Amino acid sequence: MSQLASLTLYNNDDARPIIDAILADNPGVRVLKMPGAVKLDCEDKLVVKRASVEERMGHSWDLQEIHLVLISMAGHLDEDDDQFAVSWSH
Amino acid sequence: MTVKKLGLKQRYAHMTRGLDWETTYQPMDKVFPYDTFEGIKIKDWAAWEDPFRLTMDAYWKFQAEKERKLYAVLDAFALNNGQTNISDGRYANVVKLFLTGISPEEYQAHRGFAFAGRHLRGVGPRVAAQQQSLDELRHIQTQIHTISHYNKYFDGIGEFPHMHDRVWYLSVPKSFFDDARTAGPFEFMIAIGFAFEYVLTNLLFVPFMSGAAYNGDMSTVTFGFSAQSDESRHMTLGIEVIKFLLEQHPDNLPIVQKWVDKWFWRGHRVLGLVAMMMDYMLPKKVMSWKEAWEIYFTEAGGALFQDLARYGLKVPKYADIATAEAEHISHQNWAIFYQYTHAAAFHTWMPDKEHLDWLSEKYPTTFDKYYRPRWEMWAQMEKECKRFYNMALPMLCNTCQIPMGYTEPGDPTTICFRETQFRGETYHFCSDGCKDIFDGEPEKFAQSWLPVHQIFQGNCGGATVPDVLNWYRMNVGADNMDYVGSPDEKLWNEWQAGKVKAAS
Repeated sequence: MSQLASLTLYNNDDARPIIDAILADNPGVRVLKMPGAVKLDCEDKLVVKRASVEERMGHSWDLQEIHLVLISMAGHLDEDDDQFAVSWSH
Repeated sequence: MTVKKLGLKQRYAHMTRGLDWETTYQPMDKVFPYDTFEGIKIKDWAAWEDPFRLTMDAYWKFQAEKERKLYAVLDAFALNNGQTNISDGRYANVVKLFLTGISPEEYQAHRGFAFAGRHLRGVGPRVAAQQQSLDELRHIQTQIHTISHYNKYFDGIGEFPHMHDRVWYLSVPKSFFDDARTAGPFEFMIAIGFAFEYVLTNLLFVPFMSGAAYNGDMSTVTFGFSAQSDESRHMTLGIEVIKFLLEQHPDNLPIVQKWVDKWFWRGHRVLGLVAMMMDYMLPKKVMSWKEAWEIYFTEAGGALFQDLARYGLKVPKYADIATAEAEHISHQNWAIFYQYTHAAAFHTWMPDKEHLDWLSEKYPTTFDKYYRPRWEMWAQMEKECKRFYNMALPMLCNTCQIPMGYTEPGDPTTICFRETQFRGETYHFCSDGCKDIFDGEPEKFAQSWLPVHQIFQGNCGGATVPDVLNWYRMNVGADNMDYVGSPDEKLWNEWQAGKVKAAS
């Protein structure tokens, strides 16, 4: 059975560079749009890369600021200074 | 020599570890008296992982930013009379049910996590539980602030804390949290942290809050998503709790499995209220309860339990029954509230044709067969001035406290009854799930405060319905009964007429 790693984010301008970075960095991501929110699902693993988000924002970004636009998640979290990953692998 | 900057993981380790100490004036077991009696064995508290690595200073910074954003929206909503721009006056009833039924549980969660944060002896879970305790306090405060604006215009809201402790259907969520808070700290963490936060709250806060957005309620969607942004931290705490307990000692597995089974089923019963809100009370719909269940339980819960299988943990008992009930639960709950509208502090209605067609489409194998004919009959009876009210007090399930209106697994035409004997008394249940929970802790559940029993025992203001409603502080004729004919409807229609006039 498939195991989807998932992040749900606000659907607003603050979250858009993060959503775009996720779409670019995670091939095969499934997008579910709901009013006010976007749910992104990917088989096994989903990664948010700081550098990729910063490129789209045009300024430096602290990865922990993702807390301001994150609605929900699925998978085990692994976070450091450069990336924020949810996955089901060990 | 250049000093290398510490990475996030090292910084976090330095900021959060070594903050605790072995007590010397008193033995540790006296300082932490509650973390052994449940039978959970912990060998090494230091093995606790905090995946979010959020230190207290960063926590305050982010929470302050969330609050600034939220209160700017609440201010704008009030200044712009946002209440006149919701999709329909009926929508206000979901806000009423939320504030009376769910917000007080945020406060109970605040108290529960404060207790767990004090009484677990490992520093990792204590920091996480204390942050969650503060989050939950923030949630009820923001919910009261948001909904107080609706209270200026709509009925059924003003007495919410009083009603929460007394009104029959509010005993369903209340007893759920009372049960969790009177358990030991580990059971509380599995009950609320894991079973509720990780497995079930997405169903409440994601599709339902998205529904608030879709229905023009920008204040509720904002507090909902603001609360939910804390929720990803809570979910992570929940999954860490279960991994930690299962990794610490093999003897923990059967205890944790029993709690997972119990709290999954209890949570499923409480969320039946949300099922009804999504399928019946949102005038503009985002997805059906069944669709939400498929995404958030079948798919997300499936991935989770597949992962936890490596510890020997199984999918919660009766998960298959709960999934089958996703076809029925919203309809059966709405039927209960429709029949008892005179005793509920929000309004009910029969769905119109467009709404019935949507339900037929979303529930193709069950709605037309079992529910649509009943709704059409009740709508016809309304037209003939014979609106159906059920004046008998219902028998309640001794565990979930919901009236016994649910049907047998596999047979939606037969009401499900289960019973058990304890100390010479007979106790009644709506399902095998609720019966098993009682049988596991009969001494606890034999003490349940069941609203209907309390009325019959003379503890609820008197023997008649008006006496009881008075004891609930129900404003009869305004808070209760159908939406059609209510003061809410009258006000809403005046606003709409005002808009038409202004436009012409």
